[in-house]
Amino acid sequence: MARKMNSGFVAWLRRDLLLAYRRRGEVASPVLFFMMVSTLIPLGLTPEAARLGEVAAGMIWVMALLATLLSVDGMFASDYQDGSLEQMLITPQLLPLPLLGKITAHWLTTGLPLTLVSPLLGLMMSLPSAGYLPLLCSLALGTACLSLVGAVGAALTVSLRKGGLLLSLLVMPLYMPVIIFGTATVSYAVDGLNWLPPLALLGALLAASVALCPLAAAGALRVTASN
Amino acid sequence: MSQTPLLSVENLAFERDDSGLFSAVSWHVVAGDILQIEGANGSGKTTLLRLLTGSLQPSAGTIAYLGQSISACRYNYLTDMLYIGHQPAVKLNLTAEENLRWMVATAAKSNELSLNDALIQVGLAGYTDIPCYALSAGQHRRVALARLLISDARLWYLDEPFTAIDKQGVQFLQSCFQQHVERGGAVVLSTHQDLALSNVRKYNLSACAEQVV
Repeated sequence: MARKMNSGFVAWLRRDLLLAYRRRGEVASPVLFFMMVSTLIPLGLTPEAARLGEVAAGMIWVMALLATLLSVDGMFASDYQDGSLEQMLITPQLLPLPLLGKITAHWLTTGLPLTLVSPLLGLMMSLPSAGYLPLLCSLALGTACLSLVGAVGAALTVSLRKGGLLLSLLVMPLYMPVIIFGTATVSYAVDGLNWLPPLALLGALLAASVALCPLAAAGALRVTASN
Repeated sequence: MSQTPLLSVENLAFERDDSGLFSAVSWHVVAGDILQIEGANGSGKTTLLRLLTGSLQPSAGTIAYLGQSISACRYNYLTDMLYIGHQPAVKLNLTAEENLRWMVATAAKSNELSLNDALIQVGLAGYTDIPCYALSAGQHRRVALARLLISDARLWYLDEPFTAIDKQGVQFLQSCFQQHVERGGAVVLSTHQDLALSNVRKYNLSACAEQVV
């Protein structure tokens, strides 16, 4: 019977990863957006390495944030339409755990690919070499925060027909600390300072989000369902 | 012969946007019962079933499982319940077998029947590894209904289970209900069709509609 005392985390994680694999093209679009914008910035701004290097960290972080925001909108939308969300709400497991499974799947399919292609973009944007490792670390932690916070917004707006704009307005203020400490990590490293403190703060943000966001999203979904 | 009812509903009322949908709904279900909820479109059949699952809160009245309020024994109640709603919760990009796998993995109680056998029994042999977007509406519903065969839950709540299902399918479902109640389960379903089973009780929800003042 031990096998059956499942938390629902693995089941939902596996299902969402499989779904993402079946819609590879759609799932890849945030990453493509991320890469397209980065190719355009040197063209629009300046191809000069010194000036581009100054803004590289901030630009990459802004694009990562926007790319995540694009994908977070659909986190619960199709589940809401086809009735799977209703099934999730009446599973006996504690709701935050299946939700954490879904959020993890979201991060693995958006945040992680963004993190992995970021050194390539750093190269295009002439990021000074000291910034690569901090960029990777800060994006890995930061995009996980973005997925978690975004899930709360997506849960709140899932029953609205056109919730996209409202979702952006809701989560944008919560994204600000992430982008501040994310860019600080990279620019500290570029300036030759110790970049671990801002990264540690980002880690603290992630720890708080992991603990609180699934609970908040679960509450939001219960409210949504009772309407 | 006094037996604690599996599920008892007392004086249940539901209001939406300050106007009542129904009130004073009372019935109970013991093991072996099939309860058919009837009523005109919009009389609240789906709402009543969703109240039973606990995803909606009634504005008055109680729902009790084995004599205990369902919010007091939430885990036990939800593990003993299976709800299949209007939407079959079938993911179009997954195959029938993959769909059934996650549905069963998230449910708490299931028996030893394999996914493949369940799909064969509901008439989807040969369709198990085709993405569901290539299947028909009736076949989607059959995928969802295959959960009935795998589940060990005693209470089945089915919202319009016969939608888009062909004649043989309807007969098969009714024989499933019969087997389920013989094993000591109970079925609460909403449908407009008359069932060919002998032990069906009917409850008309239109009679409980709030009078518009």
